Parts: sequence; C-alpha cells; structure tokens
Amino acid sequence: MKPAVDTGKHFINGDIACAEGAIAAGCLFFGGYPITPATEVAEHMSERLPHVGGTYIQMEDEIAAMTSILGGAWTGKKTMTATSGPGFSLMMETVGLAIVTETPCVVVNVQRGGPSTGLPTQGAQADMMQAKWGSHGDYEIIALAPSSPQEMFDLTITAFNLSEKYRTPVFIMSDEIVGHMSEKVVIPKKEAIKTISRIQPRGKKNNFHPFKPGPNGVAPMPSIGQGYKVHVTGLTHDEKGYPVMSVDTQAEMMERLLGKIRNNLDDIIMTDQYLLDDADIVIVSYGVSSRTSYTAVDMAREQGIKAGLLRLITVWPFPDRLIKELALRVKGFITVEINMGQISREVERCAGYKAPSYLAGHPGGAVVPPEQVISIMKEAF
Amino acid sequence: MGSPAVKKEVPVPHPLEDLVRMERIPHIWCSGCGTGSVFTACLTAMKNTGINYDDFAMVSGIGCSGRGAGYINIDSFHTTHGRAIPFATGIKMARPETNVIVFSGDGDLFAIGGNHFIHAARRNMDITVICVNNFIYGMTGGQAAATTPHEAKSSTSMGGNPESPFNLPLLAYAAGATYVARWTMLHSRDLADSIEEAINHKGFSFVEALSPCPINYGRRNKQKPLDTLREYHANTIIKNNADPGELGIDFKQKVILGKFVDIEKPSHDEQYHRLYHETSTKS
Repeated sequence: MKPAVDTGKHFINGDIACAEGAIAAGCLFFGGYPITPATEVAEHMSERLPHVGGTYIQMEDEIAAMTSILGGAWTGKKTMTATSGPGFSLMMETVGLAIVTETPCVVVNVQRGGPSTGLPTQGAQADMMQAKWGSHGDYEIIALAPSSPQEMFDLTITAFNLSEKYRTPVFIMSDEIVGHMSEKVVIPKKEAIKTISRIQPRGKKNNFHPFKPGPNGVAPMPSIGQGYKVHVTGLTHDEKGYPVMSVDTQAEMMERLLGKIRNNLDDIIMTDQYLLDDADIVIVSYGVSSRTSYTAVDMAREQGIKAGLLRLITVWPFPDRLIKELALRVKGFITVEINMGQISREVERCAGYKAPSYLAGHPGGAVVPPEQVISIMKEAF
Repeated sequence: MGSPAVKKEVPVPHPLEDLVRMERIPHIWCSGCGTGSVFTACLTAMKNTGINYDDFAMVSGIGCSGRGAGYINIDSFHTTHGRAIPFATGIKMARPETNVIVFSGDGDLFAIGGNHFIHAARRNMDITVICVNNFIYGMTGGQAAATTPHEAKSSTSMGGNPESPFNLPLLAYAAGATYVARWTMLHSRDLADSIEEAINHKGFSFVEALSPCPINYGRRNKQKPLDTLREYHANTIIKNNADPGELGIDFKQKVILGKFVDIEKPSHDEQYHRLYHETSTKS
C-alpha cells in the first residue's frame, strides 16, 4: 500500500500527478466518468483512493459525477471529479449548485479542442470563459492553470486548500498537452505539504446557521451526521439555509457569495512574472501556452525587444488591478492562448484605452509557436 | 340556549413535530394534494425504525414533492432538477453509515432523472427512493410527464397524451432494485410500513406512492379531489409479489398495490468495501 503522500522523484504525466496531488491534499471521494484526455485522473484515483481509505465511484454521466461529489462533500470529505470539454458542459448546472450551497470541491478540466466532440486527443484552452460564466446566474469562481505535471501536483493541492478555505468549487483548467506530458515530478515529504480543511462549527447545534459568515467571510461548515440538521438548497436562501424569495435575501446572498472571493483577491490570485520589471511589451499567458511564452520572451530579448511575461497561475478571479497598473507604463499586451480570443478580451478590458492588446491565438490542437508571438509583436509595436 | 362555552384550546404537539421544521410551516402544498400524506408516512416510518435522526439524510430534487427536504428537520438537501439520486449516492458512498432517503416526484425521478434512477438500482445502491407519483408536472402548472396516462389531458397535451407512461415498479425491477412496492397516499399505514421496510432494507429500495394533484391533473381530467381518493379505494387491489409486468396503471382496470420485490443481495457499498478496502489493507 502506498502512503497518501508518495514522497520522491517520479516520471509521470500531468493527469497522474493531478491525482497524486489530490490524494496528498486529503481527497477521499472521487466521482468519475471516462473522457479523453482526463480519463487517467479517474483511473489513477480509482487505484489510489482505496489505499487511503477513500472511495471511487464511476457514475453514469458527468452530471451525476459532479453531483455525487457535492453529496460526498457534505459528509465532511474532500471530493473531486475530472473531465474535459463535453463533460464540463454537462457539469455546469451543478457547478452553480456548488457555488450557491457553498460546497467545497475540486473540478479538473483537461481541455481539448472544441466545440462539441472536437479534438478529443489534442489540447486547447478554449473553455476558459466557460469556466467563468458557464453556469447560469452571477458568481465568482476560482480557476487555476497548471503548466507542467509538477504544477498539476502542486496546484491540485492549492485547489483543495482554496476550496476548503472559501467553501467554493475550484477549477483546475489544465489541457491535453499538460495532462498527457510526462516529466519529472517531485513529491515532497508529507510534513512539507500544507493542507487546509474547512472550518467546522463549534458549540450549540440547535438553530445553527450554516451560511452565516465567519470573520473571513466564510461560514463554518458542518457535516452530515453531526447533529446540526442543516438544510441546503439551490434556492435563494438566508443564513439559516432556508429559501426566501425576496429581493433583499437575494442581495444579501449575492454579497456573501461574491464578497468572499472579491474581498480576498490577494490571497487567491497567483502569478509568475518573468522579466516584467523593465518590460515594454507584456506577454500574458497561462497553462501550456506559458511554456512557449517564456521562449518568446527570450527570443524577443535576444532581438533587443524588452518583452516580459505575466503568467497567470490563477486565471479566475482575474488580476484586474495588476493589468490596469501595467497598462499605465507599458507599450501594450499580447495574450498567448490556445483559443481564438478569450483571456485576451479580459486583458483588453483591463488595459482599456491605456495600452493596446493583441491576441496570439490558436484554433486548437497545438501550441502557439513562439515565432508567431514574435511576428505579432513586431507588427504591432 | 346561552352562548356556547368558550373552550380553551390546549395545543397538543403533533407526534411528528420533532421531525418537522415547524418554523417553515405552512408548507406550499395545495389543498387536496397528496404529497403531505406521503411525507407524513415517510416521517412515521423513519420514527418507527428507531434509527437516530442524525443518521438520516433526505435528498430531494425539484418539484412539489421536491420541497420535502425543506420541511424535514434532519440534514436535508434540495438539489437540482433530477439529480437527487446522484447527490444521495455521493453521501452514501462517502459516509455509508448514513440512511439516505430520496423524496421526490415522478417528473424529477423518471424524466430528467431517469438515467440516475436506473443506474442506482443497477448498482443496488443502499438508498431509499420514495416517488410521489401524481402523473403530472405539478409545480410548473400541469404539463405531461413520463407517468401521465395515455390520452390524459395536460397543459401540453390538451388533446390527450399521445405517449404511454412508465410502469415504475417494472422499470425499477428490471434495472435491479432489490425492494419495490407501490401504494397510494390513501393507504397511509401500508405506505408507512412499506417505507419503514424499505429503509431497513439493505440495497436499493423503491416505493411508489400514487398521489392526487387536483389543481393541475384533476381539474383538466374531470376528477374532483374526492373522486381520485374514491378511485384509490375502489379501483385498487393489493397483490403482493405480483408480476411487475402486470403493474401498468389503468384505473379502468384494477391498479395493483403491494410489495412486489424484496431480494437479498449485497449493496454497492458492501461490495466496494469487500473488493477494495478489505483487500487493500491486506496487501
């Protein structure tokens, strides 16, 4: 039997590293459904979970997989599912239920080319806006974008920590290339891994309010069987969890749901900045596209262009303030991503009229070559 | 004759009050609706099992009977339309000691949620599914459902339903349910006893409870509330162990009630534990 934290150096692909990260983070329940290129996450979880006393179940579709992890989460366990585009679409209604019921869970999307069945075995980053807006209604979501198998391990742990801390679903927006790429992954010692678990309520169980925020804006979360007799509903509800069909309750609930993310941006937003301090031209990228973007920055610098990279590790919530500040001092932005313009629009929105913003995109199936970034750079600036 | 003596009313607590979120009463169910009677039978059954209420969880989907989870005073979950069963599955597999009851309607469980029902039955997932079958989508105003009788009128089939309804006990049996029963809300004791048996049954248990919707089904089909109940009384027969194939609902014939399936078979959580947890601790 392997321990929960399989300390050591491994040569594994991103999907397996993601599963190992989940186990190391303390995940004990996985509701799965096979889909290329995310299947290896489910396969590895089905093998690993029993070693740590956890449970894998293969559900009948992605709707059921997503719903099962919410039921699992209310028993007090950390839960996860993994999918790709078509499954991600099916999960969207339930993602809204997770948000409104403040149920922590982690959803992995190993993106492939779309729309529809698209390119099952080839990568893309075209579900980025779906991650933000795919479920109906207004909400904030947390989405992380790993760029290597090592980050699939590390950021899966971060995803669980953020989801437990803020009682919200967290997306890992990976892609086929990172998911299927094998690289060295270093799994540290158990003591070196920081894990966070949801705050449990203490004290009186009678008339407990499971949606009454604590000091950080997040309500302590009881588990099934503890005697708190919670009622959890997808209807607009008050702090007690009871449905109230009123404008005021809707406003209070929305403020609570949005506030816990919007008031903690500094804690949630993570970026990596490469040669950005003196940069005139900022490449914005994330996930696998950031790998070619580092090369593009180096190539530009060799040619005397002062380029720098802003790599988004957290894509949602978006680092508005950072882009707005950069827009005041740089010549402009180029967003590198495997889609025809999604995050580039966010960059454009934040840059406003202060600095121009361009897209180095790709319709899907391959990475954006650094040469394409350089040629857009030369043409634009 | 003098003025009538003013009787001072002493409030007597309802015997199921400890299981009801009294602050949420009155409920939303219409006069003449049968959901409350099925709900009462369910609470009575839970009480009669003697199981600690904290070891129960109720999950509902969307619709009139889907509001059940909002009135019961235990850990209770009102989920999305059709998804009560996968939510319940997640609870059961992550915490097998929980007695999970799905309380929902025919539209929720058998149209939008039909796929989840057959797979939970196939797995012999140890949950109890109670279906309040009122033959119609009540909450949205009376549209045809997967249970609406052939030629019955609904707001989307004013010329008569061209489709045929599911035989729910047959569907449950064919999919692998190991406990299947059908009652009407009028047979309140049989229904409560059956639900109690279903809760105590290890494996997937299904209880169908026929229940009137006078507002959205009866009105269009020239059935007054009491007519429906009279039909439940006069046009039903109890036939335990009846062939599930004979259980189609046609009130012109006799509608068969009773317990049709009660099979012992290891449940999904038992199988998983045996194959994965016991072996992985050995190796």
